[in-house]
This record gives sequence, structure tokens and C-alpha cells, in this order.
Amino acid sequence: MPTATAEPQVDQTKAVGTPLAPVDVPVTIVEPDSAWSFIDFHELYQFRDLFRFLVWRNIKVLYAQSTLGIAWAVIQPLFSMLVFTIIFGKLAKIDSDGVPYAVFSFAALVPWTYFSNSVTEGTNSLVSNSNMISKVYFPRMILPLSAVLSKLVDFSISMLVLLALMAWYGTTPNWGVLALPLLIALMMVTAAGLGMWLTALAIQYRDIKYAMSFVVQLLMYAAPVVYSVSIIPTTYTIGSVTLNPRLIYALNPMVGVIEGFRSALLGTRPMPWDFLALGSLTATLVVVSGAMYFRRKEQIFADVA
Amino acid sequence: MSQAAITVENLSKAYRIGLKEEIPDTLFGAASSFVRSPFKNFQRLRSLNTYDSHHGEAEDIVWALKDVSFEVQEGEVLGVIGRNGAGKSTLLKILSRITKPTSGRAIIRGRVSSLLEVGTGFHPELSGRENVYMNGTILGMTKREIDRKFDEIVDFSGVERFLDTPIKRYSSGMKVRLAFAVAAHLEPEILIIDEVLAVGDAEFQRKCLGKMQNVAEGGRTVLFVSHNMPSVLALCTRAVLVNAGCLQYDGIPSNAIDQHVSSSVDILSAPPLPFRSEFADVDSFTVKSYEGRQTGTLPFLAPFTVNIDITLKSPLPGVHMLLALYRKDDDCRVASITTRESACSPLTAGHNRVICEVDHNPLLPGVYAWTLQLRRPGDVFLTASDIATTAITERTLEGASHPYVRNHGCVHICSDLVVHHTNDKHEPTVCKS
Repeated sequence: MPTATAEPQVDQTKAVGTPLAPVDVPVTIVEPDSAWSFIDFHELYQFRDLFRFLVWRNIKVLYAQSTLGIAWAVIQPLFSMLVFTIIFGKLAKIDSDGVPYAVFSFAALVPWTYFSNSVTEGTNSLVSNSNMISKVYFPRMILPLSAVLSKLVDFSISMLVLLALMAWYGTTPNWGVLALPLLIALMMVTAAGLGMWLTALAIQYRDIKYAMSFVVQLLMYAAPVVYSVSIIPTTYTIGSVTLNPRLIYALNPMVGVIEGFRSALLGTRPMPWDFLALGSLTATLVVVSGAMYFRRKEQIFADVA
Repeated sequence: MSQAAITVENLSKAYRIGLKEEIPDTLFGAASSFVRSPFKNFQRLRSLNTYDSHHGEAEDIVWALKDVSFEVQEGEVLGVIGRNGAGKSTLLKILSRITKPTSGRAIIRGRVSSLLEVGTGFHPELSGRENVYMNGTILGMTKREIDRKFDEIVDFSGVERFLDTPIKRYSSGMKVRLAFAVAAHLEPEILIIDEVLAVGDAEFQRKCLGKMQNVAEGGRTVLFVSHNMPSVLALCTRAVLVNAGCLQYDGIPSNAIDQHVSSSVDILSAPPLPFRSEFADVDSFTVKSYEGRQTGTLPFLAPFTVNIDITLKSPLPGVHMLLALYRKDDDCRVASITTRESACSPLTAGHNRVICEVDHNPLLPGVYAWTLQLRRPGDVFLTASDIATTAITERTLEGASHPYVRNHGCVHICSDLVVHHTNDKHEPTVCKS
């Protein structure tokens, strides 16, 4: 039997290291949570770099490996405009409030394309990033919000095309353009609210994804894209009750946004503040309820993804 | 100031599993189930998250974690081991806030980065450079932090030539190296890692282990889930063994590994004896200690005997018996004992008893498994894998200050150690080991 002298135990050489300096350590408590909460702006701010990179990634990746690249952002509304101008403008002769039908429809298609694309993108944002959701923590709300933000690039480019088109037809914008930031904000808030609702549903029920592809197309007819809001009657009587269908119609925030764009850029009518007020009401409702529903569902995303 | 970095209190997590669907066997049944299926699907999808409102033990609920409590001190490197599906990953997912527990809570003091996968958020269309930033921010670094460490990260990954190439053109190895390079430069107070060392070639793995060791020695709190026992041994100061959602052991890594390895051997692999095959039956296989007692555990350096009863159903000319010994931690083949090289008489048709005496047992502490084969060049007649396990336990030898433990290696080499001094007047002392 050899008389062995064992080497010093390896365990002791890698003893517990010196603790880090007791700086202000954040304390996180992980526990089941059933309270309703709104957007956690503080946390979103903490993750601002990730937010920025996700927006940037969405933009960068969108037209990767395509020859036309960012031109696709313009092609979609431009071709819709051409088709609408031929069918609704020339053939059906829909009233376009006294401006050429091409600018009339394009002024609506620019915000509408932004809206429909960012809602679709927002809806898919959780499902298409489910891998990230199940592997790492970050405020989930960044995903739909970054989808809505990144679509602004497409929007800006088609805005430029719209201005070129206006120059071609010789239409001049008016002081209403000062309201454009407000209109754009309303459009983004609506898209974000709807996006949060739909994506929180879609991660659990994929039906939403399939429905969205055609519902968005149908929804275009619920907004004054191919027609003018002036064809909606202002009174309608059922029995003894008289309603104002135009105001009910204006509950759709995109009605105010689109008519606002036309008013500011084409001068078709005065700025529709009544529509915008109604639309803002709905938009606020959608975004608050959407954020709360999203936050409520947030904790199960990783389990159902 | 001696507050734990992580405190886990009665943490439980339930998942709902899909129950078996009824399969309709008539056309009417098929039609009606087709009509009903949307409602059933809705119920099923909705119930994915309603376990919290559920009372009692429904049959479609599995508890991935049940009432787990422990603490991790600041600077501790805790290994989490256990069989597949034991609940390790669920534990990590809760601690890294990916999913919420069903009940109980965890208190985490410090900034956490979790690494449950390498390359989370990598986008194939983005270049290597862009993905470093993307992945880094997803893992919780700020842009400034990445700016600062960018060169180091690139250096570590060794893909600097391809930094501006979209990573879909990378080989999978390059992708993994880049991803790990980012992960290796995380500097959170608490790091949560799941099985990520199992990537890349051997050289890169060594590099990663070294980096991990640095992290561990840097005073960070690390939670490390792995199936790779040697790396758990090398890195961790403490280990917990998770079994069926519960903590089965909490303490010294080598003990946790022994328990894990021996329990998985008992349940998973030991074939029932007699072991029957087309050409031969193994009737018994026993490992006996020096005193002749049948045993599964032996102290370090203790001699033992293996007794095998084997029946050949027909004569197999030229056959020999091979005993292969594997270390359970990593399936490293430690030794082979064969009747081919020895002068013993050949195995004949009918009953044979093979006795293998091991006087000098060089095995270092650990768990080893035996595999028996009957073969001749070109043919294998019988393979009985993991037919028995032998655990070698730690032991402090006479006159020694420390015990021999499992991370000293596989085998003990008896050697004479001599230390010569340059200006030595007297004879050097020989020291036996």
C-alpha cells in the first residue's frame, strides 16, 4: 500500500471571492402578481438602449437583401393610389372634395399605410420574438412599441413622396400643417394601443395573426381613405331616435387623422377638431386598456409563447 | 451586510400539460368534434394560464418546482444539477424573471444577467458588429459598456475578419463564438447560466471555462446549471441537486454529484439480471469488497473482486470477455479488462464463472459503471451496458492532511516523488505517493 500525501484540496484555492463593493444594489422581488398596472416608464427608460437597438434592427432588417430596398416603403401606397385613382376616381367618379383624386387618396394612404403596417407589425411582434421572450427578461412592451416606432421611417419617406405629388399637382399646404405633429401622435398612440391589445392576444391565440391579414384590409373602408367623409350623412333616424352617424364614424381615430391630413395639406375643409376630439377619446381608451391588458398578460407570455 | 444575493422562499411553479385527446371513431363523431373543436381549443388555450385559479391537484397539472427554498450568498458560485425535466431550467427562468412563479417568491439583490442560450436576439441579416450590440443590449449591457468592451469581445471571439458580414453567412461555430464572446463580457452582480458551455470546439470550451473561472473568482454571484459534472466541480463552491421539482441535496458539489450520478444510475440504466441475449446470458455480476461482501461502494484504494456468471448457449470459438469501466460524470472510458490478453482458459459453451481480482485499485473517488461485452475480432455477441455501478468514496490516507477527492482525476498513479535541492549536503528523501 503506498502512503500517499494528497495535494492541497483544489476546492480551497477557489474560495469565495471578495464581495463587490456594497454599491446601491437594486432589489428585485419575483412573485406572482395579479395587480393591474399601466406602462412602467421608469423601466422602459432603463432599457432605453435595447429599445433603440430594437427599433433600429426593425428598420435595418426590413428591406435587407432586396434590390429596391427602402423604395418598397413607397411602392405600397403608390400602387394603391394608382389603382384607387383609376377605379374610384376615374370609373366610379367618387367625390374628392375638389382636389385631384390622386393626391386626395395619397394624402389618406400615407397615414393609413403607416397605421395598418404598424398595427400588423405590432401584432406579430411578440410571436415573432417568442424566442427572445422565453430566454431573457426585458420589459415586453418594448416589442410592440418598437414596431410602431420603426414604421415611422416608411412613413417619413412616403410623406416626402406625398409632398412631391402635391408639388406636381400644384396644391399648397396651409397653416393646418402646424397640427400635423398632433395628428401623427394620435395615429401612433392608436396604433400602439391596438398593437398592444392584439399582440397580447396573439401570443396566446394565433387566430389573431390570421385574422389580421385581411381584417386590416377591410378596415380601410371604415376610414375615409378612398372616399370623403362628406358622404357620411349627419342625421339618421331610427323610429323616434335621431343619430349623427358622422360623429359615431369619427370615433375611429383614423377618421380625424386622415381628414386632418387632407385639411392641412390639401385644404379640403377646415381642421376637423370635432373628429379629432372624438378620436382622441377612443385612442386614449384603447391605449390605456391595451397597456393594462398587456401588463396583466405579460407574466404568462413566456409560458404560452 | 451579510444579506444573501438571492433568497428563494417556497417557490413553486405549475404547468398545465395537454391531456390526451379523444379520437372520434365514427363519421358523426368526427363531424361533431370538428364543430366542437374551436370551443375546445379555446378552452385549452385559455386554460394555459389559469392554473393559478385552480384548486387542488388536477391531473393535467405538473409541478415543475415545488416548495423550493434556498439562499445564495454574495460571491457564491452555485451549481444546479439534476436530471432532464427536474425543474432546473424552470428555476432559472423564474430567477431571471422570464416567467412568474405560481406561488412563493424570490428576492434578488443586484443586477442580474441571465444566459439561458447563447446568441439570444441574433438576427441573421445583421452583421457581426451589429449583432454584438443587439445581443449585448438584450443581455442587459448599455451601449456605452459595449463600446468600451467591443475590442475585447471581438478579440475573444476570433472572428474580427468577418465583423461586417451578415451572420447568416457565418459557420455555426463562428456564430457561437461571437455569441459567447458577448456573454463572457457581461459584468452583472449576479449571473445566471444554463448549459451554455456545451458549445464550440474543445479549445474554445477551455477558453470559456477559464473566463467563467475568472468571473467566479471576481466575487460575482453565479448560478450555473449544467450536465457537465467536471465543470460543475471546477467552478462551483456549492451545489444543489434538483429532483422532480424539489431540492434533494444542498451542499458540497462532489456530494451533490455523487447523489445525482448514483440515483440516475439506479433508476435509468441498470439492466435486470439475468441479462439475456441471443448467444449468452449473464446470470450474475457482483462487485465484492476485500472481505467478500457484495457492495456498490468502496473506499479509495480498497481492493475488490468482480464475479461474473455467464452462460454461453453454443460454443463461440475465439470469444473473449471485455469489461469496460466508464466514469459516470462524463462517460470517460477509464479502463478495460479483457480475457484476451491473459493466459486464462477460454470461455466454453455452458456455464462459466469469471473472477477478476483487483488488488491495486487505482480509481480515484467518483462513480464508475461497468459494461460487459462478449466479442471476437469483427463480432460482438453481447453488450450489457451499465450492468453495475461502483462508487469510490473519498478517504484521507494515513499521515495526509487532505482526502483524495473526485476532482483529482480518474486514476491514482503510484509514484515516487523526489525533491532535489541544488546545494544539498545529504541524500534526497524519496517520498512515496
